[in-house]
Amino acid sequence: MEMATTTDTDQVNSTWTKADQKAARKRSAALHRKEHAWAAAFMAPPVIGWVAFLLFPMAFSIYASLTNWNGIGNMTFIGFDNYTRLVQDPYFWKALWNTIFYMIGIPIGLAISLALALALSRKIRGRTFFRTVYYIPVISSLAAIAILWQWAYNGDFGLVNQVLALVGIDGPNWLQDPNWAKPALIIMAVWKGLGYSTLLYLAAVQAVPRSLYEAASLDGASGWKKFTKITWPMVQPVTFFLVVTNIIAGSMIFTEINIMTPTGGPSWSTASLVWYVWNQAFRNLQMGYATAMALVLGILVLIVTAIQFRINRANDFSID
Amino acid sequence: MSLNANTARAASRALAGAGEPDRGNKQAPKVGVFQRRKGATQESPAVNAVLTVILSIGAIVMAAPLAWMVSTSLKTKEGVYSLPPEWIPDPFVWETYVRVFDDTYVLSGIKNSLIVAVSVTVVGTIFSSLAAFALAKLRLPGKNAIFLMLLSGMMVPFPTLMIPQFVMFSRIGWVDTLLPLIVPVILGNVIMIFFLRQYLHNVPDSLVEAAKIDGASYLKIFWTMILPLIRPAIAAQFILWFMAVWNDYLAPIIYLNSPEKQTLQVVIANMNAQYATQQDYPLIMAASVISVIPILIVFLIFQRQIIESIALTGSKT
Repeated sequence: MEMATTTDTDQVNSTWTKADQKAARKRSAALHRKEHAWAAAFMAPPVIGWVAFLLFPMAFSIYASLTNWNGIGNMTFIGFDNYTRLVQDPYFWKALWNTIFYMIGIPIGLAISLALALALSRKIRGRTFFRTVYYIPVISSLAAIAILWQWAYNGDFGLVNQVLALVGIDGPNWLQDPNWAKPALIIMAVWKGLGYSTLLYLAAVQAVPRSLYEAASLDGASGWKKFTKITWPMVQPVTFFLVVTNIIAGSMIFTEINIMTPTGGPSWSTASLVWYVWNQAFRNLQMGYATAMALVLGILVLIVTAIQFRINRANDFSID
Repeated sequence: MSLNANTARAASRALAGAGEPDRGNKQAPKVGVFQRRKGATQESPAVNAVLTVILSIGAIVMAAPLAWMVSTSLKTKEGVYSLPPEWIPDPFVWETYVRVFDDTYVLSGIKNSLIVAVSVTVVGTIFSSLAAFALAKLRLPGKNAIFLMLLSGMMVPFPTLMIPQFVMFSRIGWVDTLLPLIVPVILGNVIMIFFLRQYLHNVPDSLVEAAKIDGASYLKIFWTMILPLIRPAIAAQFILWFMAVWNDYLAPIIYLNSPEKQTLQVVIANMNAQYATQQDYPLIMAASVISVIPILIVFLIFQRQIIESIALTGSKT
């Protein structure tokens, strides 16, 4: 780096006097200062955003969670009361349980996606068409999808039960039935997310060197063996990525809950953690308590992703 | 931190392969992201036929609800309840689509969604790419610490921040305006910064140094050299970001109370609650179709670019 600022002087070959060196250093320092200033200016917007809309709200959250507060009036400091209330709040545990229950959809979705990706990686007519059709739900807005599925789950006139009736199944009244409301939401989420995971898996599957399969074939490996010993380990980074992003997104599930079951579902069977936080904060104006729950949610997400990361590191597979 | 790095590494590795020919086979002709490689092992036509059937059934399952949405939007109010259900509406009621623009807030919803999505993504992309340029190519003591600090933002879910942010914005009187949806996100998108920074690491430092010696200003280096280089990466991130903002629902319902100020997703969700009691399902479905169509058109037109540029972004990481 020093090179750039000193070698372009015409004194390169001569012995430098003290004064020259000093001048050069000064000039270099000035140039660096200029570069520092520009670099700082370029980084400033996101850094300002980080301080104003992340650091400050976080600090405020931590304080607010220790208060009794309706969002408008005075904040009364009550220590850890919100947290003890939370531990004793059956609605909190129910919402947490519901949120975790929805995660069942993640392995189901990934298994189907991988199967689809394997099928689509073969010489099949209309592959591009299939890829597009499977991807359309991904780009569609969740609000519209939720509205559509709410209607499709209608017990009497909905598409789902009409189709089930064709094969002689008398479908439940999905969203009104405490036993079926959560599975209904899971089915919809799998349907919506399938295209995205399939796309990532497809890219990964096609990136697996053919030579590995050819060598395995020469050794007489079966198709299943090739899958478990080559394909599955080779797509493991994608699996890990999808699991982590799906868990993070799943822990924040809100839109479809609020649209399809605006009151938290029959016997509160669909209310998610974020929905409960939102409900407490903006409908019941329990801002202090809601903030405490939101912080707990943030910490839970952090813990889960940290565990995921550790597991992944333990069996990291690399061919680099 | 390492989590993000690792996640991104996984993602990039996942996508990386897509843009590259097999590593183990250097002679392989370069092929497109999702094109088949030649010389693969023979496949059984019978198996492929079965798979085609399964994929077709799957495609029907994927498309049927959306087709049903369009079909319902064109039915009469009573036709919605006919048994057995009719897939082809009889008669077609195009008038519903006139009604949806005349009688509801769909039009202002589209306008508001466009204001938010365009301003956030256009200005935010400029801020993000400037920051990525500085983080990757300029000298500043502690810039890596700054980068890690920004990355830490990805670990904090929005629901954790929404209450204090709401209180902040309500104090300065921004509730029921579009500003709280724009200002916090317009200053830069960490995911975009992350990807662009990685992408820029493939650009030799000497290029930038040479431009500096030539006396080019930093803004000029960014504009004439860096921006054209990272355009493919920007394009992919831009489209993904635009879709995310367009489809957002949680932030808008927190801030927007007046119907004429709501974004499209909130408008259709509120219509869903309001018109369901009036049994006006065609109207609700028409509004939903309208909210999906713009993004769908963009996707279908740029499908190849979107998918390939996502893969390209990854391969440069």
